[in-house]
Amino acid sequence: MRANIFALILMFLVLGIWQMACGFFAIPDFILPAPYEIIMTAIIKAPVIFPNALVTGVEIISGIALALVFAIPFAMIMFAKPSIEKAVSPFLVASQAIPVFAIAPLLIVWLGYGIASKVLMAGIIIFFPILVSLLEGFKTCDHELRILFRLMGAGFWKSMRLLYWPWALPNFFAGLKVGVTVATIGAVIGEWVGAQQGLGYLMIQANARLNTNLVFASILWLTAMGLILWSFVGILEKKIINWKVKKEFLP
Amino acid sequence: MLYVSQLSKRFGKNEIFSDFNLTIPENKFIVLIGPSGCGKTTLFDVLTGVTPMEKGNILWKGLRVKNLEKRCAYMQQKDLLLPWLTLLENAVLPAEISGADLEKSKIKAESLFKRMGLAGYENFRPHEISGGMRQRCALIRTLMFPHDFILLDEPLSSLDAITRRRLQSLLLLLQTEFSKTLLMITHDIEEALLLADEIYLLSVQPMGIREKFILDSPKPRKFNDPLLLEIEEHVMDVLQGDISGDTGGETGGDKGYRWR
Repeated sequence: MRANIFALILMFLVLGIWQMACGFFAIPDFILPAPYEIIMTAIIKAPVIFPNALVTGVEIISGIALALVFAIPFAMIMFAKPSIEKAVSPFLVASQAIPVFAIAPLLIVWLGYGIASKVLMAGIIIFFPILVSLLEGFKTCDHELRILFRLMGAGFWKSMRLLYWPWALPNFFAGLKVGVTVATIGAVIGEWVGAQQGLGYLMIQANARLNTNLVFASILWLTAMGLILWSFVGILEKKIINWKVKKEFLP
Repeated sequence: MLYVSQLSKRFGKNEIFSDFNLTIPENKFIVLIGPSGCGKTTLFDVLTGVTPMEKGNILWKGLRVKNLEKRCAYMQQKDLLLPWLTLLENAVLPAEISGADLEKSKIKAESLFKRMGLAGYENFRPHEISGGMRQRCALIRTLMFPHDFILLDEPLSSLDAITRRRLQSLLLLLQTEFSKTLLMITHDIEEALLLADEIYLLSVQPMGIREKFILDSPKPRKFNDPLLLEIEEHVMDVLQGDISGDTGGETGGDKGYRWR
């Protein structure tokens, strides 16, 4: 609670200094609009921003779904077969060294200007944090619990359902939280490179017209969407993980 | 029931045990005592198949087997209750995994909850109860294994003296009432003397049987029995000799302590 109050005070302090600096130095709106102007634009231009935000939102959520569909089974396969993990890991790590900007134009060429290229872009960017966190969660499962399950004669699926998945859920949600916040990056980059709608598209259009107010208002909407997604995952996490892990279990 | 012969295990150059022999008769409570790090838990790991043996034979009810995986229940120092399950769900876990009738298993578990003084706690989560209660729940889960052989690796060592005494009497029930055969590791000599039918005093690595004590006095025993006190003193002397590096004392294998 105290930390939240501190964060709010800090936020208002930064916004206050920003607002005063814009007035004091008479900074033109097209260079740096004041926070009040940005908030007002975000509200007044909502009818324009909302349909674009909806498109970006659909791209982000579809990207998350796509990443989950591939990352979850992939993590389970890599956990079940360490030889596959060993073979695939170098490629996965190398893929993370490629900037998303570099593949965005290719995806546009391959998948067109529609939603598919942006969904794939968002999916690619989330896939890795979810995969790595889930796999790590499986691997850190308590050794003695594994022995217990083995002695009980538990097969792979029963061990997954009753032991590994519940054990790895905190890791999974940590990865998902990172994923949903970076998913916005993937979708917006895709829209920057080539799109006909979406917040990224709106930002590019507004930027070309020196409508910096609208650029910032779009960023504000994007930030709000990221925060809403992050909070949703947090609530889901608290709802699902309703137990406490004893200290002795922690690695 | 179980006959282990010429069992050997090494980690690199470190020979944990070599040509180790052990016989576990049916419905007996066998206790292994030895200095820390002598290889007792490794022996359990080999028996359960967690780690492979170098060589040796394991005869299980007359059949030669690779290990006792899926043939024995295992209870450890940690209660190993799953924090995401209720106590009842934890207790019936062996039944759920083996695909047994879950409803029947729950009825059986509920009667054991009453027996172990845990009635009313079935829907609690492990973090909501005390360490002693958790260990009792682990004991119920051990009883729910469809096996009549139980390995106990210092199951009571993390508990306070009063809880431990209470659980010792519950461990005895496993043998007397549920006709289980038990092989237990403990560092508590008093606990071994109160519970065991046979005590194996183990030597430092490579682990071997230094002495064997057969205790055929009736249970429950009282620790003020002078004969038990005498054995305790003897075992303490031997173990202290191990710690100080003095391997003196008698190492004559089966010295044959036999009591009433």
